[in-house]
Amino acid sequence: MASETTAEGGGVGLPQLDFSTFPNQIFWLVLSLVVVYIIVSKVILPRIGGVLEERHSVISDYISQAADFKKQAEEAEADYEAALAQARAEALAIAVETKAEIQIELNKAVAKADAEIAAKTAESEKAIAVVRESAVENVREVALATTAEIVAALMPSVSDDAAVNKAVTARMKG
Amino acid sequence: MAAEENATGATLNIHPMDQFQVYSLFGDGPVHWYTPTNVTLWLFIAIVAIVLLMVIATRGRNVVPSRGQSVAELIYSFVRGMIVDITGEAGLKYFPYIMTLFLLILFTNVLGLLPYSFTVTSHIAVTGVLAMAVFMAVTLLGFVLNGTKFLKIFWISEAPLVLRPILAMIEIISYFVRPVSHSVRLAGNMMAGHAVIKVFAGFAAMLAATTPLGVGLVAPIVAIMAMYGLELLVVVIQAYVFTILTCVYLKDALHPGH
Repeated sequence: MASETTAEGGGVGLPQLDFSTFPNQIFWLVLSLVVVYIIVSKVILPRIGGVLEERHSVISDYISQAADFKKQAEEAEADYEAALAQARAEALAIAVETKAEIQIELNKAVAKADAEIAAKTAESEKAIAVVRESAVENVREVALATTAEIVAALMPSVSDDAAVNKAVTARMKG
Repeated sequence: MAAEENATGATLNIHPMDQFQVYSLFGDGPVHWYTPTNVTLWLFIAIVAIVLLMVIATRGRNVVPSRGQSVAELIYSFVRGMIVDITGEAGLKYFPYIMTLFLLILFTNVLGLLPYSFTVTSHIAVTGVLAMAVFMAVTLLGFVLNGTKFLKIFWISEAPLVLRPILAMIEIISYFVRPVSHSVRLAGNMMAGHAVIKVFAGFAAMLAATTPLGVGLVAPIVAIMAMYGLELLVVVIQAYVFTILTCVYLKDALHPGH
């Protein structure tokens, strides 16, 4: 910048067309190109290319991991649904079974109750029959005694216990 | 510069091309091919900047990148995407050289925007070598990979037969003009923008001295700011253009069938 107009052409010509500086420029340019080429091909490109590749693989890893997790979540959901369905079915089965058991118990209880009732009825009937029998017997005895008394009072001559007995029994049968 | 202006008074005394002067860093001796010059200095600074961004900033090799590493990765993906889009996967063999070109041009361009700096890529000697290297490499590669089939790029088989010789002439001329346009585009863009900024700076110096309180300074400075913004865009775009044209030429060598 600070150079005086010492260049060829008396400072009027374009510095770009000052051919005396061309070898210098070309030499340093070629040297710089070689240096930059070496840096680019040995360091820059392998390094950045490697980083980009690594990032790519890391990201695709994460994506496949996420897909795995999603699949796992879906499987877990399916499992859960299956478990729920099974539990429901089991609950239903238990309910049905319990109902059947209760029914059986109930039937048993009803049958037992029926049997007890039947037994009680039979007993009662027996008791009634006994009472009735004894009542009939009593009536016969009373009838016999009464008849004998009446016959003895009306016709003491023909008092015959056996005949009275026979007559009363015959009459009661009727 | 200031001394010169004082010597000639507050007249319009602008040297927009002085910034492109190549001079020896140590002493005022003649510039031999090996002399360390400002070209050397700014190429060296560019290499240091490249190492800082692309090597030091990526040393963590983080899966979750730091800010510097993100930028480095962005540049990597950008250049790689450009090569794959234009030449296909086959072009990735030349990724290192294309990356080298892009980084060196981008960094020398951007560093050239620093005040008092020197823009290496504003010199036709530099861009000419870069463009000729691409031109010769592509031509050689075209013949090595395809043999004489490479000449098909001049013989447009889709065109009517009568037109083909004429088109072939045009194609051949345009093929050989490639390195010229390739290099002049970059150097011209770099030179023009910097020179314009310098001219505005000269105006600013003059107006500061001749207007009351130096208020005339405002307009050229605003213009410099606007130009600077535009130049920032231009230097990046020109680095991109140089690289993408390299890819386009490379495609011809890899797939001559258009």
